[in-house]
Amino acid sequence: MSGILVVLEDRGGKVRSASWEAVAAALKLAPVQNVTAAVIGAQTEALAGEAARKGVGKVVRVEHPLLAQYTADGFCAALQQLVQNESPTHIVFPHTYQVRDFAPALAARMGQALIGDVVAIEDGPLFIRQLMQGRLNGSYRHCGNGPCFVSVQAGAFRADAFEAQLGAAAITTFNPNLDAAQIRTKPGEPFREAAQTVDLGSAQRIVSVGRGIKEAANLNLVQDLAAVLGAEIAASRPICDNGWLPMERQVGSSGQTVAPKLYLAVGISGAIQHLVGMKGSQCIVAINKDPDAPIFEVADYGIVGDLFEVVPAVTDAVKSAKA
Amino acid sequence: MKIIVAIKQVPDRDAPVRIAASGKWVDESDLQWAMNEPDAYALEEALQLKEKNGGEVVVVSAGPERVGSTIREAMAKGADRAIQVICDDLGARDALGVAKLLAAAIKAENPDLVLTGLQSEDVGLGQTGVIVAELLGLPHSTLILHVEKTDAGITVKREMEEGWFQTIAMPLPAVLTMQSGGNKLRYATLMGIKRAKTKELRTVRAAELGVDGAPLVTLDQIAMPKKQKSTQILSGSAKEAAAALVEKLKTEARVL
Repeated sequence: MSGILVVLEDRGGKVRSASWEAVAAALKLAPVQNVTAAVIGAQTEALAGEAARKGVGKVVRVEHPLLAQYTADGFCAALQQLVQNESPTHIVFPHTYQVRDFAPALAARMGQALIGDVVAIEDGPLFIRQLMQGRLNGSYRHCGNGPCFVSVQAGAFRADAFEAQLGAAAITTFNPNLDAAQIRTKPGEPFREAAQTVDLGSAQRIVSVGRGIKEAANLNLVQDLAAVLGAEIAASRPICDNGWLPMERQVGSSGQTVAPKLYLAVGISGAIQHLVGMKGSQCIVAINKDPDAPIFEVADYGIVGDLFEVVPAVTDAVKSAKA
Repeated sequence: MKIIVAIKQVPDRDAPVRIAASGKWVDESDLQWAMNEPDAYALEEALQLKEKNGGEVVVVSAGPERVGSTIREAMAKGADRAIQVICDDLGARDALGVAKLLAAAIKAENPDLVLTGLQSEDVGLGQTGVIVAELLGLPHSTLILHVEKTDAGITVKREMEEGWFQTIAMPLPAVLTMQSGGNKLRYATLMGIKRAKTKELRTVRAAELGVDGAPLVTLDQIAMPKKQKSTQILSGSAKEAAAALVEKLKTEARVL
């Protein structure tokens, strides 16, 4: 076993930026010339060219007509053959929804356990991932002899860390043996629900609310604050799951990604699924009763306290500041 | 339709998190426990499928004795019976090890459908359902919001990133991991709680399942995360903190 295999993911004919972050993570494990990038699909020439220009050690096109559309069955079968062929020490993925769908099965098929959603790699190597909804970090170690499967969290590694270190990489093609009967699921085309009427992405100020609000009847507290700030209302997933606010107001990995000037998080603990949707905001304010809530890790200003007292007080303070 | 729902008991979301003396896990002594929320959505989907199509809902859970209370809660909500895999070292097992326990317990049941939450709220690996499918040799899909029974099997609505969805047709038996928010969680009724006490809860010891427990991935140590930013915490009464915040937002951050 030698070298690192990074499995790139694409969307709309381009390699997704999360894939370059996975390459950056791989560089914590080996020098760039030992990093092989794999692109997967029915037609991968353009993707392979894009990967080769990035200056990884080598690019493999995993190509088969049955890989035109993603299926867990197709990707597991193809990648198992590729891993057996390449025999890498580590296989690194971006921790996307698609990877979550197949990588655990691929690892299990090869008698391994994926170390998923890694946020840092330290000497050892130790793989750091979050526990208890981001309130703790755990250091994980791979034991045993087989290849180590790792997926890395979006935004945890800098994609520009390896830019243009080498010339264009050599490209090879790997044609896995696949049979249509192996693919048991029939995926349909992606679709969106009713057209979105709220564009949180262009909002300058956002007041966002989480579980701490306890009941739908209490939402008027944050609505009042949003009104005096001239802000849009947004929410973490549980609020929308409960139907208290429409899904289109959800910020996070399954909702919208926002970067306003001011993001005021009320009663939001800050699980990673939420943080990825808002941590690019210019100024983040957190109001939460739990001083250890992970939202305070990304906040510029924090108030630790009961939101039912603090939020009306902030509303009043904004009013008097404007008066 | 025979549906297995794999559920996990996790520390209550509001429970204070303290690192145990071992440095390898949290101090469990004062913790309150609850059903992992995505698993509660899986249970709800199973109960609704049973209401529409008939059949049986069987809950499977692995963990120490205390897990029994969460299993009873699932039966109070309407699950017909349950299997508990008694296992005192769940936290020391990796995702593959946990899935092996569940798969062994599930296999003997020969279900039509296996549902579980997309991830747990404690370790959050998000892998158990997918690995169970692999170990059972069944097709799977993840991040599912809704399941519809068809003549050929099922169609499922899968959540993709950034507000996109996809419909997938698949044969039965199959394994699905459920996303939250696809349906509305029910509460247990008084009658349900009463009935749950008489429902079958079969226990099996992890050692009796004959699965290899040696972990390939170990958790060496846990720690509080390092702060990414230096947060200015504004203290004082609610009024004082609010006034200080607005002043900072105006003069320092200049966002008001």
